[in-house]
Amino acid sequence: MRKAIYFGTLGLLASVFLGGCGSGEDAGKARRMEASAEAPFASTYQALSSQPTLIRNATVLTGDGARIEGGSVLLGDGKVLDIGDDLDVPDDALVIDAQGKWVTPGIIDNHSHLGVYASPSVSSHADGNEISGPNTAEVWAEHAVWPQDQGFKTARAGGVTALQILPGSANLFGGRGVTLKNVPSRTMQGMKFPGAPYGLKMACGENPKRVYGEKSGGPFSRMGNVAGYRAAWIKAAAYKEKWEKYEAGEAEEPPERDLELDTLMGVLKGEILVHNHCYRADEMAVMLDLAKEFGYKITAFHHAVEAYKIADLLAENGTCAAMWADWWGFKMEAFDGIRENIALVDKAGACAIVHSDSAVGIQRLNQEAAKVMGAANRVGMDITPEHAWTWLSLNPARSLGIDELTGSLAKGKNGDLVIWTGDPFSVYTRAEKVYVDGALVYDLNDPAYQAVSDFTLGSLESEGGLK
Amino acid sequence: MNRALSMIFVACVFLLATQVQAQTIAVTGGTIHTLGGAGVIEKGTVLIRDGRIVAVGTAVDVPRDARVIDASGKIVTPGLFDAYTGFGVKEVSAVEGTVDSDQSGERFSASFDVSYAINPRSILIGVNRIEGVTRAAVVPGSIMGAAGSVFSGQVAVIDLGGPGDWLTRSSAAMFVRLGESGSSLSGGSRVAAMLALRDGLEEARDYSVNRRSWEQGAHWEYTLKRKDLDALLPVLTGSTPLLVQVERASDISQALRLKKDFGLKMAILGGAEAWIVADELASAGVPVVLDPQRNLPGGFDSLGATLENAARLNKAGVMIAFTAGGTHNARNITQYAGLAVANGLPYQVALEAMTVNPARIYGVSSEVGSLEAGKLADLVVWSGDPLEVTTFADQVVIRGQAIPMVSRATLLRDRYLELNTERPQAYKK
Repeated sequence: MRKAIYFGTLGLLASVFLGGCGSGEDAGKARRMEASAEAPFASTYQALSSQPTLIRNATVLTGDGARIEGGSVLLGDGKVLDIGDDLDVPDDALVIDAQGKWVTPGIIDNHSHLGVYASPSVSSHADGNEISGPNTAEVWAEHAVWPQDQGFKTARAGGVTALQILPGSANLFGGRGVTLKNVPSRTMQGMKFPGAPYGLKMACGENPKRVYGEKSGGPFSRMGNVAGYRAAWIKAAAYKEKWEKYEAGEAEEPPERDLELDTLMGVLKGEILVHNHCYRADEMAVMLDLAKEFGYKITAFHHAVEAYKIADLLAENGTCAAMWADWWGFKMEAFDGIRENIALVDKAGACAIVHSDSAVGIQRLNQEAAKVMGAANRVGMDITPEHAWTWLSLNPARSLGIDELTGSLAKGKNGDLVIWTGDPFSVYTRAEKVYVDGALVYDLNDPAYQAVSDFTLGSLESEGGLK
Repeated sequence: MNRALSMIFVACVFLLATQVQAQTIAVTGGTIHTLGGAGVIEKGTVLIRDGRIVAVGTAVDVPRDARVIDASGKIVTPGLFDAYTGFGVKEVSAVEGTVDSDQSGERFSASFDVSYAINPRSILIGVNRIEGVTRAAVVPGSIMGAAGSVFSGQVAVIDLGGPGDWLTRSSAAMFVRLGESGSSLSGGSRVAAMLALRDGLEEARDYSVNRRSWEQGAHWEYTLKRKDLDALLPVLTGSTPLLVQVERASDISQALRLKKDFGLKMAILGGAEAWIVADELASAGVPVVLDPQRNLPGGFDSLGATLENAARLNKAGVMIAFTAGGTHNARNITQYAGLAVANGLPYQVALEAMTVNPARIYGVSSEVGSLEAGKLADLVVWSGDPLEVTTFADQVVIRGQAIPMVSRATLLRDRYLELNTERPQAYKK
């Protein structure tokens, strides 16, 4: 049953999200190859126990750009059952008076390395880059996620309800990313977001050429980077064709399975979403053309420090940019970072996302959005908090192919939300209650709802040292 | 904009200015957080002449020739002071030729005076000063992992006013590393790091007494070079503080023992677990320079990292100073100060931790850190609460000069505000 839901939703989401890219038409159905039909490492996620809850009198940001003063949200059966400014109280509901407080969708971070670069960041915990070669499309981040990383907890305390764990950026093809629900679990599978498609991490620029230029074999240059992508896509297209022939009955034996090409073929079929680490404007333009050459879509550029220079191109191509508020200058390709980047991408009509790439930054993505909003409004833009919240939930949900399920507060969507102590665009505000699928998973004021990882259990935590 | 001002503007934008001419500035009508004895002054005036503050109060006469900066309805604070940066010695972190903060090898250690390498025209200075950072401690050896000595060299205090008298104080502290980082510099044990530090101090003490006989070749050889021994003398007398980078509570206790044994002046840098030994730090009078964001352990030295570090240290009576923990975004020090307040630190102490307290730690509080007559004129006019993430600096004054509120980053922004332009953006300057 669970497997059926998984694939059904995947196909639906992939076709909705990738409409127009020309390769996703039957994803997950007739042409599904034997290889992936087993859905290995399937999600075992179960929502935590919950009770119907009515939150009322709050300033509600719906996540899709609207704001309701004195608003109410009714959670039940794991979903948002209703939202408005005057809801009846169901008999069995727990009522929370949120006077003076704000309610938003849970924050979704589409670029995290929690679990694969876990705290403490000793070398034994460095599992995010398989630097055995520039193309490791065959590796999956989920095989290295350590659910006991205490960073999941501190991210939860920052209002993060879902996140994509990506491999690092050392390789041209870094491997598959996985989308998780931010709930405590003994296993990665227990966090895995049912219905979320896989991501493929690709990387442009300095990192791959530095890592392999310094080792051996290259790429040594950006030219070599692009040649490496093209060679890989040529192989993947041929592999895909072999499977199609076999599935059409034109070949007797199935092709020999290749994990690397399985993943790349998944991209060409529109089932796996490309998340492309890329800083420079000119390089992003090359990558967009590369995608056209091989008939796939780049779902999102990540970091995209120069996205503001080509925001119009991003809008034209329907490609998101996931960005920091203000990181810059740590390497050459990040030298042109500006505080208004996210706002300028948004202004051009492209899908703008605040991301973290950091176990520290993920704890206050709302403040990162606030900094951008403040900087942009200072130069005459008119960005409201309700609009800026789209960068934190609905747009990242789009980039992960889960926007039909979460990312905004709308009837029937997952009950993923945060009650903030006040305006979440203030530095003094903290997440007070965090809900995933209608279940309370974190409470600022109730230790019973503050999960503690195995690693941190013990002396310092009991002194309150790890908050 | 008058002619003189526009000249200043052009000169500073291209970072070619040497010393801008003296001017009289009156900042009027604001809520002034003096961080000095006068506390907070409502609707006050700060009068600045020839680079220094000449008066602060509600009854200050504004001379006719003064440039008036109207701060009505705004907040005025001293310029912010980041207590741990690489300003002027680091441009692009991953481009080796632009990084001068580090030394590897042991040719020089205690004598490594970072001020020789400081470039006051750094792009980073322009980007950060328009957001309120006006002074900084430049600390050598800010990138980990290089083989070398536990003595990383001498800290400089600078202002971000650009070319001119940017050096506030060289040799403002002697920087050393203990704990895990000291261990990695000393052969893999924190014992070796502590012994290297004690050996160095003992040699310097011996040298201070037996210098003449050593010069005549009548004394045993020192392992440190003469320049390094000379550099340690003011540390031994307590006129230069020893800035100790250390995280683990037990290592902090060992550092305090060292302080006692040698009669040193000391400050802790990092101090992720400092709150655990807060009482020891308070009774030893040792301040802590910290990044308020840190709550996840980088290693086993910082398992006790917490967002409440600042609040707990303050409560125990330990003086704290803030760093944003990275030079490019030193400007975020206000956000991190706000975070400390959100986690229990009194607001006033958060302001002190990025103004007067770092000035005290580095021995420059007679010159900077508060808005008081006689001090160098560094101040910021804020659009609102300076700790809020949506607040901006409206005007920054450094060394008595109103800084043009432009940087390479704002020029890039303005160039690309519109993408659909008739001519390529490259013609827009």
